[in-house]
Amino acid sequence: MLLKKAVSTLLLSAACVSLAQAQVTVGVITSAAGPLAMIGVPQKNTVALLPTQVGDQAIRYIALDDGSDPTATVKALKKLISEDNVDAIIGPSGSPNAIGVISFVAQAQVPLLSPVGTAAVILPMTAEKKWVFKTTQNDELIAKALFEHMARHQVKTLGLIGTADPYGENWAKVATALATEHGIKIVANERFQRQDTSITGQSLKVLAARPDAVLVAAPGSPAVMPQATLFDQGYRGQVYQTHGAALPDFLKLGGKKVEGTILAASLMLVLDEIPDSNPSKKIAADYTANYEKLYGSKPATFGANTFDAGLLLQAAIPLAAAKAAPGTVEFRRALRDALESTHELAGTQGVYSMTPDDHSGFDERGRELIQVKNGTWTLLRD
Amino acid sequence: MNAQIALLLGQDGITNGAIYALLALSILLVFTVTRILLIPQGEFVTYGALTMASLQAGQPTALVWLLLALTLLDGALDLLASIRRPHAWRLPRKSLVKIAYAAAMVGLVNNLPLAQLPMALQALLTLALVVPLGPLIYRLAFQPIASASSLVLLIVSIAVHVSLVGMGLLLFGPEGARTRPFSEQGLELGPVALNSQTLWIIAASLGLIIGLFVFFERTLYGKALRATAVNRMGARLMGISPEMAGKSTFVLAALIGTLSGILIAPITTLYFDSGFIISLKGFVGAIMGGLVSYPVAALGALAVGLIEAFSMFWASAYKEVIVFTLIIPFLLWRSLTSRHVEEHE
Repeated sequence: MLLKKAVSTLLLSAACVSLAQAQVTVGVITSAAGPLAMIGVPQKNTVALLPTQVGDQAIRYIALDDGSDPTATVKALKKLISEDNVDAIIGPSGSPNAIGVISFVAQAQVPLLSPVGTAAVILPMTAEKKWVFKTTQNDELIAKALFEHMARHQVKTLGLIGTADPYGENWAKVATALATEHGIKIVANERFQRQDTSITGQSLKVLAARPDAVLVAAPGSPAVMPQATLFDQGYRGQVYQTHGAALPDFLKLGGKKVEGTILAASLMLVLDEIPDSNPSKKIAADYTANYEKLYGSKPATFGANTFDAGLLLQAAIPLAAAKAAPGTVEFRRALRDALESTHELAGTQGVYSMTPDDHSGFDERGRELIQVKNGTWTLLRD
Repeated sequence: MNAQIALLLGQDGITNGAIYALLALSILLVFTVTRILLIPQGEFVTYGALTMASLQAGQPTALVWLLLALTLLDGALDLLASIRRPHAWRLPRKSLVKIAYAAAMVGLVNNLPLAQLPMALQALLTLALVVPLGPLIYRLAFQPIASASSLVLLIVSIAVHVSLVGMGLLLFGPEGARTRPFSEQGLELGPVALNSQTLWIIAASLGLIIGLFVFFERTLYGKALRATAVNRMGARLMGISPEMAGKSTFVLAALIGTLSGILIAPITTLYFDSGFIISLKGFVGAIMGGLVSYPVAALGALAVGLIEAFSMFWASAYKEVIVFTLIIPFLLWRSLTSRHVEEHE
């Protein structure tokens, strides 16, 4: 009896100690190898910059890589959940990878903060997607800015070139809907592969339709090829790009051929022109400076999406820790609720205000109209 | 679709087709001589293009360290082999020359004003850096298992491909690259403006094909390789070293791949993992030639380029489907008409 009591007291005190010192464990899944490396490398690099302390809670990160393979993503996720007992997961890098793990995070009740482009991970909202949050602007938010600009500048016909993947497909869907709304006719709708060595055919077809403007929807540096091909074949109309093109390499690869391009993206590209009153400016500037100090190059916005996931967690963890101890399912539920009630939190990409229906939480402060002028990004004011 | 569009598409198809043809020839050459299906052929293309791009950006490419590391590994193996022999207790002179070459390359790349060099020199330097990787890869990965079955060789070939792609990511980073065009002018031919790069590609491809023809018909080394392709055992009995044959074909394969990479880099963006799909299209061409006939393989590869260009215009979303579906009727036809021969050594 005495022994039993002693043991249980010991156990209890052990539990108390662990409660007080418990640290929050966050799993990070990136794709720093394979075809998504261009997105995954800045995200993986960002892990070192994520906040490691909030109040008296330490945050520990366990970073795994899936090599762009959706099957490997599921394996990494299961390992994080069952072996490391993580409280939240940031990642993965690719849209197909993220879609494939939604049911697993919902089953294990672990909040997933996903820095992927496609809105399909949070829309339409279902019981499973309740566990998923997205730290990128929804395509529709970006597209609205572009189409409003087109409407203001009397664009009547539009050619569309997108990648043959979920990113391009979703943009085609969003663009078709918005074009009808603004009375713009889509006269050509073409697809290409990221690794294509030539886009002559698609671009000729677009040229033959003689559109007033062309919208290129591709993530990362593949966005350059269609535009460069159009330029070479003599197209001189306005070219629009999506936030997928918002990376330093777009300018480096495109050179003179992408001069005048208009795109809508986060303020990170035109940080110097943003007024100091913008709450995101300081955060984005600090992130960029720290990243540059560590790696010697400016981060692509993909990395900033991961950083924002860290900021969201940093704000939500104290709220959840007040209700339960990290490592328990109660904590994860409280964390999810806290993330969902995020209100006016400034990140590098914009200001987040989540609601039960909107797990991306951006408003128009999350995007700026930007034009390429003299080989650099400049804020477009009209 | 009007005549002008058709001409432009045709030009594009021939440009890509010429590159696929070169790769098809190279795949065929390596296969007939060594029985290796050279999956990493495409990696030489990307390594060439990306090395050229980093030279033009003035960055001392990290590829040179890979070259040095592989050369040292090769030297270590030679040393090990000479230790096993009773009398010669020193590094063979050949290894010393190779290591000196790699060290010289490290010195050159780190000291030359890379970005200011004329383009021809940059291209030469790229070749000097990438081509030696070919024989080194053969020495390290394939020579020890040269007499294994084709299946084992294929599996090793896939392993080499996967490691080279990973190495490419490490060396060149995940972003794509594009180089400056050789010249800005084009050629006006009636209604069609020929891109100067297209002319360069076609000229270089033709030159290489003729060069290969002369090499195999007129030189002793070429004849020795042909003999090995016809009958390995017979060639060996005639004193042709299979090691020499393997290394020379890999030199040629690396040369063709690197040159293709340098040629297409100005007209397209290449990524560290672009090589596979490019060489796969060359492979489709080689399959059309039944992995034996050079002219049919070259024509097949040209056809792949043209079909690709036109399907890109009509059904862009299904382009790859159309190109790779091509292989099925040819495989059917080949397997129905040709007699199956058991592999024998």
